[in-house]
Amino acid sequence: MNVPVRHFDAVIVGAGGAGMRAALQLSEAGLKTAVISKVFPTRSHTVAAQGGVSASLGNSEKDHWHWHMYDTVKGSDWLGDQDAIEYMCREAPKVVVELEHFGMPFDRNDDGTIYQRPFGGHMSNFGEKPVRRACAAADRTGHAMLHALYQRNVRANTQFFVEWMALDLIRDADGNVQGVVAMEMETSEIVVFQAKATLFATGGAGRIYASSTNAFINTGDGLGMAARAGIPLEDMEFWQFHPTGVAGAGVLITEGVRGEGGILRNSDGERFMERYAPNAKDLASRDVVSRAMVTEINEGRGCGPNKDHVLLDITHLDPEVIMSKLPGIREISIKFAGVDPIKAPIPVVPTCHYQMGGIPTNYKGEVVLSTTDNHSDIVKGFYAAGECACASVHGANRLGTNSLLDLLVFGKSSGNSMIDFIKTQPENLPELNMAAIERSVARVARLDGQKNGTNVHEARSAMQRTMQAHCGVFRFKDMLAQGVAKILEVEEMIKTIEIADKSKVFNTARLEALELENLIEVAKATMISANARTESRGAHVRDDAEDTPANPNGRDDQNWLKHTLWHRDGNKLDYKPVNMTPLTVEAIALKTRSY
Amino acid sequence: MSELIDPIEKKRVRWRSRRGLLELDLVLTRFLAERYDQLTPDEFAAYVRILDLPDTEFLELVNGKVETDDVTLAPIVAMLRSV
Repeated sequence: MNVPVRHFDAVIVGAGGAGMRAALQLSEAGLKTAVISKVFPTRSHTVAAQGGVSASLGNSEKDHWHWHMYDTVKGSDWLGDQDAIEYMCREAPKVVVELEHFGMPFDRNDDGTIYQRPFGGHMSNFGEKPVRRACAAADRTGHAMLHALYQRNVRANTQFFVEWMALDLIRDADGNVQGVVAMEMETSEIVVFQAKATLFATGGAGRIYASSTNAFINTGDGLGMAARAGIPLEDMEFWQFHPTGVAGAGVLITEGVRGEGGILRNSDGERFMERYAPNAKDLASRDVVSRAMVTEINEGRGCGPNKDHVLLDITHLDPEVIMSKLPGIREISIKFAGVDPIKAPIPVVPTCHYQMGGIPTNYKGEVVLSTTDNHSDIVKGFYAAGECACASVHGANRLGTNSLLDLLVFGKSSGNSMIDFIKTQPENLPELNMAAIERSVARVARLDGQKNGTNVHEARSAMQRTMQAHCGVFRFKDMLAQGVAKILEVEEMIKTIEIADKSKVFNTARLEALELENLIEVAKATMISANARTESRGAHVRDDAEDTPANPNGRDDQNWLKHTLWHRDGNKLDYKPVNMTPLTVEAIALKTRSY
Repeated sequence: MSELIDPIEKKRVRWRSRRGLLELDLVLTRFLAERYDQLTPDEFAAYVRILDLPDTEFLELVNGKVETDDVTLAPIVAMLRSV
């Protein structure tokens, strides 16, 4: 076998916010750094982040990192690691000001300081009242961040490999990471990127669900590669959902539509929220609305040929109100649902937005295998940051604006950890584990040689429908158990996926097949972890976890204050304690989460 | 006319139609299925230029929030708005 090998100090997979922040750290330290990306860096999914990035700068009113830490721990429903959360909240002001110096065009106050606005869940004085903590660049914060980081990386001579797809992680006999196997899209040539340190910053895998706000590139490639290489995935049962995405598309319909008088209806045309929340009705909180929608669908009152969504009705509103108060909603509905909401209701369904779990790391970005809370047992040479990683700062539920912060803080800390590690490594790279490379090449060869196999589109659709129906925003014990069996059946289908087009140049069909092999790993991890966790916590909500005085909101700290670790081998589950030992302050003590 | 467009270039541009924003992915998927194979070389060249736009600006153009003053782009913008 003759696979070309390229040598670097560091290789980074993914060119979104986390990957580029890490790359900058490495390149500015003079290290030879490669960044591999499926798409041009400024078209990474970070571009979709609008809300802002949080930091207790205190530009508009008094604020403190310790308050930010409290909010994040509470938001995580106490599943977040408190050492990592303290680290992130203390670093936040530094990384935001750094980004400003990199040329990020933040909105400003009259005195020239960064303008800050309030954002859900961010409070002052340990949960007392809302505080202005979010820093934004109009509604294009993610976009501006990518541009600032990309320009800076170009200046620092980071080497970008754009339109390349990483295929597999290479580990040696001792488990140390040696780099990745990757494919150049233009030629389908397979090349080894050997490096002293490897970082995954590949983003989330929201495309495992039928309804997702994620761009098509969000296929969990890093998670698939890590799982195949024997790295467990942490807390994969925790996914953030939004109650109303356009069914079949995933584009969000703002909650303002219900605020203006929009009504949710089932297949009988019934305003079902009256049964679930007699007072608040359609204006009940997100989790109550989501739960009601899913219950209606599960009990056979869903709409459409597959009875898989409900309807959001604004036909009774004055068209003038729709035009003036809800700009854009009519266009979204016409374009993505094919209905004019002035004349017909919009099909909606709870929609997946953000992945809290991922590759287990500590706050230094080092990937850890340990089942203790002290983050020992590090995988040498392997790092992860951003949505694909689980540090864990988001725990069971992410606070808005903490995702962009996560990218900056842990992108940077990973970069620094990699610099320190690279310095300890001999100049000559060790002998590569050829068996690992051969397995990756064989995976592509299997795909090219497959006959009478499964169609990629059908297999992906089966996976997405299974995840949506059995492991969505609100979960039922029986549905989860059936879901485990079903997703393992889908896995069998995916083992024989076949592509008709076997050409070498920009073969989109082959790329989509390889992406599906990554998605299914995430889907299995999610379903199996969710089935096992018999409590409700944060974004993981089950019908059989009752709200009792001992277990408020169904949260069972006695048995479940712990992280899940899913292993691909045998679908085995391990658990590890949550870190309740912050770096310098006292632990934020357990409390019932209520807002 | 379509045969004048380099087939390899067409495949490359098909991949470049994968974007960072879901809304663009949805629109461009339809565009690729319904219109892409019928583009004239001029329209193809205009599409390639639009793909160079940042995603946020591209989406505003497709949504009709902004208009282009580049007359050579107008036909392809109209097509993207109609799919």
